[in-house]
Amino acid sequence: MQQLYDTLSQRFSLGEFTRQRADLAFITVGAVRLHALLRHLRDQEGFTHLVLLTAVDWLEDGQFQLTYLLNNRAKCQDLGLRVMIARDNASMESIHDLWAAAATYQRELREMFGIDFPGSPRLMDDFILEGWNAAPPYRRDFDTLEYARATYRERPGRETRDPAAHMKQQLYGDKGDV
Amino acid sequence: MFELDRSQYPQKKADGTLDIDLTSGKYLKLWQGPQHPGITGNMAIELTVCGDEVVDATTHVGYLHRGFEKLMERRTFMQCFPIVCRICVPEPDFNEYCYAAAVEELAGLEIPELAHWIRTLILEMGRVNSYLMYLGGQAGAFGQGVIGQWTTYVRDLMLDRFEELTGARIYHMFIIPGGVRDNLPDGFAGRMEETLREIESVLADVDRVMFHNAVFKKRAVGVGVIDTAWLDSYGITGPNARAAGVAKDVRKDQPYLVYPELDFEAVTGKDSDIYTRADVRRRDLLLSLDLIRQILAKMPKTGAVMTKLPNVLHWKIPRGETYVRGECSRGEYGYYLVTDGSGYPRRVNVRGPSYTHSIALFERMVINANISDVAALLVSLHTYPPEIER
Amino acid sequence: MKEELLKRIVKTPDGQEIEIDPLRDYYCEAGPTVQPPAYTAIIEKLFNWARSESLWILGFGTGCGAIEMRPLMTPRFDAYRYGIQWRPTPRQSNLFVISGYLSVKTLKRVIRSYEQMQGPKYVVGLGSCTINGGMYWDSYNTIKRLDDYLPVDVYIAGCMPRPEALLAGFEELKKIIRAGKAEGANQYAANFDWYKANQKSVIHDWDMPDYNW
Repeated sequence: MQQLYDTLSQRFSLGEFTRQRADLAFITVGAVRLHALLRHLRDQEGFTHLVLLTAVDWLEDGQFQLTYLLNNRAKCQDLGLRVMIARDNASMESIHDLWAAAATYQRELREMFGIDFPGSPRLMDDFILEGWNAAPPYRRDFDTLEYARATYRERPGRETRDPAAHMKQQLYGDKGDV
Repeated sequence: MFELDRSQYPQKKADGTLDIDLTSGKYLKLWQGPQHPGITGNMAIELTVCGDEVVDATTHVGYLHRGFEKLMERRTFMQCFPIVCRICVPEPDFNEYCYAAAVEELAGLEIPELAHWIRTLILEMGRVNSYLMYLGGQAGAFGQGVIGQWTTYVRDLMLDRFEELTGARIYHMFIIPGGVRDNLPDGFAGRMEETLREIESVLADVDRVMFHNAVFKKRAVGVGVIDTAWLDSYGITGPNARAAGVAKDVRKDQPYLVYPELDFEAVTGKDSDIYTRADVRRRDLLLSLDLIRQILAKMPKTGAVMTKLPNVLHWKIPRGETYVRGECSRGEYGYYLVTDGSGYPRRVNVRGPSYTHSIALFERMVINANISDVAALLVSLHTYPPEIER
Repeated sequence: MKEELLKRIVKTPDGQEIEIDPLRDYYCEAGPTVQPPAYTAIIEKLFNWARSESLWILGFGTGCGAIEMRPLMTPRFDAYRYGIQWRPTPRQSNLFVISGYLSVKTLKRVIRSYEQMQGPKYVVGLGSCTINGGMYWDSYNTIKRLDDYLPVDVYIAGCMPRPEALLAGFEELKKIIRAGKAEGANQYAANFDWYKANQKSVIHDWDMPDYNW
């Protein structure tokens, strides 16, 4: 994987390299030449299978991390590309022309995170939610408990205990981290 | 098969979109699902038909969305464990395994040897259940109800073994981060052998009645062909890819658990139609039965099954991210886990194989099919909606 | 609202232009009505006995509980011997088994299916998630109490309830029907406005008539 990183870094400006396992590594890349990099990986380096495309919300930093995970079946390698984009008016280049399946992932990200992928097919259609009028639910600042309490009526009688407090009180004194 | 070249309909506009005028009376919109017998689980297909031929299709999902990825962000690592199996009903164990393996990798836990063997055993047992459900569904889509009666009967026997081992029929919650909950009970291997024999005898009947049935052959051979060129573009994995002649099997490509120590070859077919996909799954099912025998023969009999976990109430995992995959009965199942040093996962993303199969691929391959074949096509991709929307 | 549900002008084959309003023209506007019991008690008892012995379940797997329906249909548990069978369409069924959690999107389809069923009709809530939310008590997309939206006759607790539990639940339902207490359809008709208000409070894009049958 280190070798691949060295080859790639001659052509593209790459960021941090994390070797997670012998067959899995993550590289931070810029958003600008991502499409060209993905095309290069797909056509030249044998990373032909798009495993998944997803996002992580780093609310504190005001950024979304997009993760493009690619698989090279011949060499049994996985490569994750981390792309950091601004959280406000988040928008990213669409890759549905490289992988037809990517359009579905992009629809989900648009709906669940509010990330725009201009040009992606059927992007604005409802995908999972229907008639949703609150903030995109997978964002960190959307509180699902609060929303559920406000929207759906609870049946009285259900008790919820904080597990830590309950265990401390009922079972054993807290001895801290073991 | 058809006298006319049906790929001409409907005609395309200059910008590449289909020229379908619903008010012309030539086309009809037809919803299949969510309340429809010819649908797998709870999803819907919006078909546009011309006569009895499908010209356009849209898959609608989201009927089973519970927001697991959000719910897990507000549960501790141990509290996530009982809910992950609910993501996929017919084969829940892969969720438990992938989640446990991802957590162990980021937390730096080593699990005992015996736990690896028991995990593999559970996953193969789950695969048998899932394939038995599939065979019943595939035959049922062509009107052969009796196959479903037989396979559900032997699936119940396998559920008995699950119940004996884990205490539950459907949601086992047995593969826990750090190992498995318990060792095998006494005499388990013998009772399992009886179950395997019963399954094999039923499968021999299924082979005769289903795979050598003239109606099944006429309707399944040559229908719903997946081109090998689509495999990468649509992210096709598992038996759907293997039926197209590509030996894509995570158990072989990137072996996990104890698969390197087991003796097997990936099952492939070559025609890539409904019949081949059903046949690949039947042979894969027989392979799983063989693997269960191998595991029970080779596994150590005693030893620890759990590693010592830190206090799970204060369990913090350092910042990191990983992706763990396994080969489930439908294809590549994977968990992408991101941690940020707190006691809760930062982000969990579940990659279910049905995600690409039942949306992008299905919408592509259902074009020019007959309405009566739509249900069989959908079943032949072996999709489970809950893993699409989670 | 979807385009095909909006008011529009269409041209008929003989050249006339007519205005159609799909939500009014394609559905009946009459609401549900309360059905009084039969004139004499003995006839009503006979009816109730007959109803209890033919529970036809709508084949709509709304959640994960649908997985335990298959074993119930097959020789091991064989619900058919109790007069229970599965039907593919709402018009032929009188028992709706809500098999688990309902997301808001499914709830909309469930209401349509329920209203299309012929009375007298019954609802069984299967699993803890229909009772109080269960595992998904804090989810933003699943309802917590089924009886806010549909009249429920029997709840079967568990996650997931075993087939034996389902059979016991169906037996319980039969007892309730024979006692003449399974008045779900009438309750729905009598409190129609309350149910509709509850349904509309969670289904934000209500693009169907108030009563679909």
